[in-house]
Amino acid sequence: MGSEHRVGGKVITFGENVNTDVIIPGRYLVSIDPAELAEHAFEPLGPETQERLRASDVVVAGRNFGCGSAREQAATCLIGAGIKAVVAASFSRVFFRNAINTGLVAVESPAAAEAATDGGEMWVDYDAGTVEVGGQTFPFSPYPQVLREIMADGGLIPHLMASFAGGKQ
Amino acid sequence: MTAKTFAQKAIERASGVADLVPGQIVDAFPDLYMSHTASWRCIRTLEKMGVEQLYDVDRVAMVMDHLSPAMNAKTAADHALCREFAQKMGVKNFFDVNSGIAHIVLMEHGLVRPGQFIIGTDSHSTIYGALGAFGTGVGFSEITAAWVTGKLWVKVPESVRIVIDGDLAPGVYAKDIMLKLIGDLGADGLTYESVEFSGSYVEGMSVSERMTFCNLAMEMGAKNAFVAPDDTTLAYLDEAGVPRDELDILLPDEGATYRATVRLDGPTLAPQIAVPHTVDNVVGVGDVAGTKLDQVFIGSCANAKYDDLVIAADVLAGHRVAPGLRLIVTPASAKIMAQASDSGVLTKLIQAGAMITNPGCGACAGNGGAMADGETTLSTANRNFQGRMGSYDSKIFLSSPATAAASAIRGVITDPREIVATAVVA
Repeated sequence: MGSEHRVGGKVITFGENVNTDVIIPGRYLVSIDPAELAEHAFEPLGPETQERLRASDVVVAGRNFGCGSAREQAATCLIGAGIKAVVAASFSRVFFRNAINTGLVAVESPAAAEAATDGGEMWVDYDAGTVEVGGQTFPFSPYPQVLREIMADGGLIPHLMASFAGGKQ
Repeated sequence: MTAKTFAQKAIERASGVADLVPGQIVDAFPDLYMSHTASWRCIRTLEKMGVEQLYDVDRVAMVMDHLSPAMNAKTAADHALCREFAQKMGVKNFFDVNSGIAHIVLMEHGLVRPGQFIIGTDSHSTIYGALGAFGTGVGFSEITAAWVTGKLWVKVPESVRIVIDGDLAPGVYAKDIMLKLIGDLGADGLTYESVEFSGSYVEGMSVSERMTFCNLAMEMGAKNAFVAPDDTTLAYLDEAGVPRDELDILLPDEGATYRATVRLDGPTLAPQIAVPHTVDNVVGVGDVAGTKLDQVFIGSCANAKYDDLVIAADVLAGHRVAPGLRLIVTPASAKIMAQASDSGVLTKLIQAGAMITNPGCGACAGNGGAMADGETTLSTANRNFQGRMGSYDSKIFLSSPATAAASAIRGVITDPREIVATAVVA
């Protein structure tokens, strides 16, 4: 099972305070389809950034990634673009919740974010609580139990459906 | 007994778990689940889950505010889905496209009460702290989950106190205080924290000004915001039809632990402006005065309440909007619009050259009032992110309604004290 908790690959880096309107502009919130949303992820930053995003696996950013709106599509569009994990110096609280609830790995690690290079490689093991980048391993506090259960089922809604199917409350 | 903050008390009540400490994670049972235009996403998610039984339909509140009235068939179909769902499930608190902005509508209808724990599909749900409630934003999946299970996981936040003493100078408003704080503390200055506002200025604020405060606290990353309920709150709740014997007010204890206390001196403050493209990029109005504007927007849950419209109309009295500038005024709710109609405020705005739109989120959510490449808007809203109002190559500045109205007259960013001074001389 361990390998399921380890995700990663090619890195795309962003700066600080990347907001939700830049991640997915409000005009596209009429959709909840990950693939459709991915077409417009980071559109304000131009087609070159969008192309690099789709060729990447891990989004790395500075402080306050995902600040702004509560739009869940800010996480969904990254999943649609093939992103496996977001590693940032810090997250806005709503983005962090939305990431967990949609099954997107979100890890707060200022040191790992600092060590990452655009186009380089990064691997996250959210069960072990480690980020590997550039030959270094950075530990982070593993998710609390309730979040681990949600992540293990691939997000909040699948988690609830699994618990209903299992007869749990 | 350890002294507790408001957040500790509110989450203890909502979770039924005693003696919570910051960092602890518990299941909380919200009193209200607000969903706005995102409601259709919740309904589709519920369909996917195959669940038909809701935990408590009376805690569901839906407001069609972001894209209203519908501008295309897809949005119209989304609205229709919500109407049918509300009808089928017996959602009493359903507010259609004519109602206004969710936050304001719910407070006007007595659905937000002191001490309650409220979640909404909108980051500015922090606004419910204006009435002493714990309000916080979540994604649509979490609202759907709450519809079904009645609960969500909550981390108990640390708390920060913001104390504002003294009166403001003429031409300076609650919005200017918040812009100043956001500029000073930064867009992540209060991430994951509960903010309690106090001080002599705060005690004297109207509920509308408290809404502006608690709304904009989100722009520093706050989880929730709070102003202690007092006689001003009670008068508002009376008007909203909330029986006093149903109130259960929560106040922080003397001696509760705060991570920090921030103080701001009211009387020394000048009008403030947030400069593109982040809300924490804040300068005094003098630093950007003279910047050419194509559009001014007076709207949003931050600043389109009745008193905001009155302030704008007073500044515009005896003036006309600058040639070529578009002034869009979007009242926050139908009730506010009716009040402004009765009192003649709307007529004054129209005579000055303003365009009045239906109540709702309007241009702030990109529904009308879009900008072309290279254009600039001065807005009373709470966000100036790149591309939020049309072209990715356009700019949004943020200000108080007074600064917005003064700037509409001159067609460039203008210190409202210059216009008011002129008016007094005339």
